[in-house]
Amino acid sequence: MKIAFPVNEKSIEAEINNVFGRSNFFLLADSETLEYEIFENPAVSAAGGAGIVAAQKVVDIGADAVITYQCGKNALDVLEAANVNIIGAVPGSIRVILDRFNAGELTSEAKKHGGFHDHGAR
Amino acid sequence: MRIGVLSGKGGTGKTFVATNLSYVQKDALFIDCDIEEPNGNIFLKGKIFKEEPVNVLIPEIDHDLCTGCRKCVEFCEFNALAYIKDKVKLFPELCHSCGGCSLLCPEGAIKETEREIGNIEYGMAGTHEVRTGILNTGEATGVPIISKLLDGINREESVTVDCPPGSSCVVMESIKGSDFCVLVIEPTIFGVQNISIVFELVKLFDIPYGAVINKYIPGQEIAHRFCEENHIPVLGVFDFDGKIAELNSIGALASSYNDKYKRQFELLLDKIMEVHAHETAANIKR
Repeated sequence: MKIAFPVNEKSIEAEINNVFGRSNFFLLADSETLEYEIFENPAVSAAGGAGIVAAQKVVDIGADAVITYQCGKNALDVLEAANVNIIGAVPGSIRVILDRFNAGELTSEAKKHGGFHDHGAR
Repeated sequence: MRIGVLSGKGGTGKTFVATNLSYVQKDALFIDCDIEEPNGNIFLKGKIFKEEPVNVLIPEIDHDLCTGCRKCVEFCEFNALAYIKDKVKLFPELCHSCGGCSLLCPEGAIKETEREIGNIEYGMAGTHEVRTGILNTGEATGVPIISKLLDGINREESVTVDCPPGSSCVVMESIKGSDFCVLVIEPTIFGVQNISIVFELVKLFDIPYGAVINKYIPGQEIAHRFCEENHIPVLGVFDFDGKIAELNSIGALASSYNDKYKRQFELLLDKIMEVHAHETAANIKR
């Protein structure tokens, strides 16, 4: 299974970034082999609609799931339409999180917010 | 004469100044461009006689014709389009109706269709007219509502425009075509910081301007200093006044409550006319 992580550093020792759409990179890891690749996030400096562009990137690189702390409504719409699973993040390096994922410990959902432009009122 | 009333942040007193300024003019037209929080008519109490929807154009995609080239997705400056599971997906709230995607599509798979983003209410209070723009919750931009509100306004009329707070696109759209801009300032560090950004914007428009300092407490001179440093004429000062707060809280107009307040706004209007006449005669290029 291929899992994408929003990160700000290009390393498997990095922790998951607090935000999804505006993260610098996406780390795409194979949960079985633990091999990974790093992709630039084209949405990092988008004027608007960053969540959509970031989610599009995650879909395009072939992720089956995303592990993230939170995810905005628009990004969620894209990920759900593409049948990408959204899994809640936990603290720790991505290497450790992958171990915990393989042990079946990651069960919570990511926090879904209504976007920041309308102050989460949606 | 069209007067645009601006402020840096909510709670400064922009609507307070705009509604009262409109009230002391004869046969005036009040236009509420503060479309996310239009509350001018709470004070002016115009009886609504007409409502009109405001529509924008958004793309409609023919998925049978679409070949998945993604030209539209890459083109969209506002990221309103995504390409998921062999289908173009539209986020209508983010679309700015530029029509670029439909022009660009090599397959002719995109046509434009109407979508409602808000409405305009027309009301009358005696000989005063009130037009209110209302943006639907969740919409990204109210520019189309504002341009419709201001479309065809006669320059000879006494028009007061209650602009949205801040300095975004909707503010620019609201002051386009104004003959004078009134900057309402709250004499706090935060208030002055906010209005300094609006001031930068107003300067670009080559429209005469002046300031109204609201909720003034003697000793708090930060707003006066800002005006002095930037050569902004101070048109009027309203004291921090519990009675005005009380009137606001019940939706009452200060200038209809007593002659003292009414007189203050009449003097403010005179001052605006005076500065405007001087600036126009001198034709000062700012």
